[in-house]
Amino acid sequence: MESIGVLMTCPPPDPYLVEQLEKRFTLFKFHSIPDKAHFLNSNKASIRAVVGNASAGADAQLIHQLPNLEIVSSFSVGLDKIDLAKCRERGIRVTNTPDVLTDDVADLAIGLMLAVLRRLCQSDRYVRSVNSCMEGRLVSSSLAVPPFLQIDYYFLQVCVFVLLNIDEVITTLGYISKVNPDCSASLGTLGLRNGAKFAFSKSSWLNFTGKSVGIIGLGRIGLAIAKRAEAFSCPISYHTRTEKSDVKYKYYPSVVELAANCQILVVACALTEETRHIINREVINALGPKGVLINIGRGPHVDEPELVSALVEGRLGGAGLDVFQDEPNVPEELFGLENVVLLPHVGSGTMETRKEMADLVVGNLEAHFLNKPLLTPVL
Amino acid sequence: MGVNVTDSDKTQEEEQQDLPKVVLFRPPPAFSLIGEESFASNKFHFLKTYDSQLPLDQFLSTHSHSIKAILSSGGAPVNADILQLLPEVGVVVTTSAGLNQIDIPECRRRGIKIANSGNVYSADVADLAVGLLIDVLRKVSASDRYVRQGLWAAKGNYPLGSKLSGKRAGIVGLGNIGYEVAKRLEAFGCFVSYNSRKKKPYVSYPFYHDVCELAANCDALIICCGLSDETRHMINKQVLSALGKEGVIVNIGRGAIIDEKEMVRCLMQGEIAGAGLDVFENEPNVPQEFFAMDNVVLSPHRAVFTPESLKDLSQLVVGNLEAFLSNKPLLTEYVDSE
Repeated sequence: MESIGVLMTCPPPDPYLVEQLEKRFTLFKFHSIPDKAHFLNSNKASIRAVVGNASAGADAQLIHQLPNLEIVSSFSVGLDKIDLAKCRERGIRVTNTPDVLTDDVADLAIGLMLAVLRRLCQSDRYVRSVNSCMEGRLVSSSLAVPPFLQIDYYFLQVCVFVLLNIDEVITTLGYISKVNPDCSASLGTLGLRNGAKFAFSKSSWLNFTGKSVGIIGLGRIGLAIAKRAEAFSCPISYHTRTEKSDVKYKYYPSVVELAANCQILVVACALTEETRHIINREVINALGPKGVLINIGRGPHVDEPELVSALVEGRLGGAGLDVFQDEPNVPEELFGLENVVLLPHVGSGTMETRKEMADLVVGNLEAHFLNKPLLTPVL
Repeated sequence: MGVNVTDSDKTQEEEQQDLPKVVLFRPPPAFSLIGEESFASNKFHFLKTYDSQLPLDQFLSTHSHSIKAILSSGGAPVNADILQLLPEVGVVVTTSAGLNQIDIPECRRRGIKIANSGNVYSADVADLAVGLLIDVLRKVSASDRYVRQGLWAAKGNYPLGSKLSGKRAGIVGLGNIGYEVAKRLEAFGCFVSYNSRKKKPYVSYPFYHDVCELAANCDALIICCGLSDETRHMINKQVLSALGKEGVIVNIGRGAIIDEKEMVRCLMQGEIAGAGLDVFENEPNVPQEFFAMDNVVLSPHRAVFTPESLKDLSQLVVGNLEAFLSNKPLLTEYVDSE
């Protein structure tokens, strides 16, 4: 099969995948080719397969330029980067990587909920900063934003809080003047003597157990998230295109209604024309200042500028985001916020799962070229 | 009376002279986090040693006739020296989940009851344990830092984490908290086993009598037990070595349960894969070596600090104190027959 040309349209996502493909096929890495048009012209005849992922797949234009394309094997479960209609028209087979990544993505969704609600990343940043500060020196509480920006933001927050709650200065701050080693840490303040005490702004700290979770999309991943959240006594509700008869969770016929009736809203559906910007201003407002959005779907599920302004203005309580509109670019306005967790699209990002995904991609290609049944066909 | 107390104390005492007193040696975190008014009652009055100019023993001697209860919040010891100055005390009520600051045998000797925090914290502490475990394995805090530093765009993808589902989780101490952790991890497809002083009769998880054996048979060790003479430095070189290069440890118990120096060394040498820690041996000091490590997640001893837990706690504390003072059974009496 070494003569079969496989075009990898995405930046190589995984060394093991590349290695396994190179063993069996002639692999072309499209992403690093400077003159793509010239390359396609010269090599189009030999290219019989495309491997893509969440960042790049096979759009109509590419499919048109590959007359001998027989199969698109995606290193993802999402198919939004593949023009399925065009593939159907041309009789091109399409495969993805369902099931093997379900657990990882669901685990991460819960991990994001816990991290946002219990402020895990912020706490970690805090411990690192307090313990590495010297007496009397102004310290940024994280590497998150340039110090001058952070000081402005937090200084403002301190002023507001001090004015409102003289006796209870409970604010997250980057100002630390001294560390008092005498105080027991069970105070939760790490014994800061002078200057402001670090605790947690009342509006920002929440527990997770018992919070209502609303899931958009109750496929494999949505169900896996529900199962985990139930163990934390979270009441589950959901929205899908049509109500599922075999499911015990509460159904809402619209996303807005779901958002209005839950505290944590999770996007777990496929990205299609219908679900693009499914999280819009109306939904965000319905979720509200105590609500948290978790996105482990695709960036375009969310109207990102709307989300950013809602978070910055406090109209939305918090967000845990693994995906963004224009990866790897993340809106910098989010960097200084304590109520968001920002991950670099790692939903399936474990060694175990990536290997299983790669094996599926390669297995599907091999099956196709050996005229055997595909392992995980979509088309 | 000629006793030198503060003006505010005098005013309060004039108003509530007949009320039994509950003494506090340090301000409970809960007072500042949800407000002291949540703990108010018309059946007792708080006496705060930390608000007085008097040396501790003098303060206690002065008020000993009216002090019927101690409200302990960790840190300040409740030991023989203190108890000897308070002959009228009949109960120690804690705001803390742990009891390691209390000399339990001394309390028994004096017929002093102990009321702990019962189950009020169990869910929230368990949530933090699970959160820390996911964070360590999936590198949540580390990759969040990476994104905020603009490195995703500049340097590309973050290194892969490790899958939680299917991991063997070893729980050290299957009390209220340990049990809640186990229940949660099962939903993630983890295989739970445990070590405890005694095997629990109604629990189906595999039991290991020896914590070292537990460590050798799990991928993630989660410390959920209390600190006592038996458990101090229980997680030592041998246990960490048994846990192994791919193993991670999460501690939401007490720092001193782990030999911290040894854990630091293991992490530095790559002899264990990572750690999620809410507690440390010498709080608020945290080993400097951790700050260069991306495989360690650090939390400033706040597993119990959620509004929900603290509200439940305030009701429980008031309930226990009022029950004691009206000769009723305590709501959450600590019985150490475990």
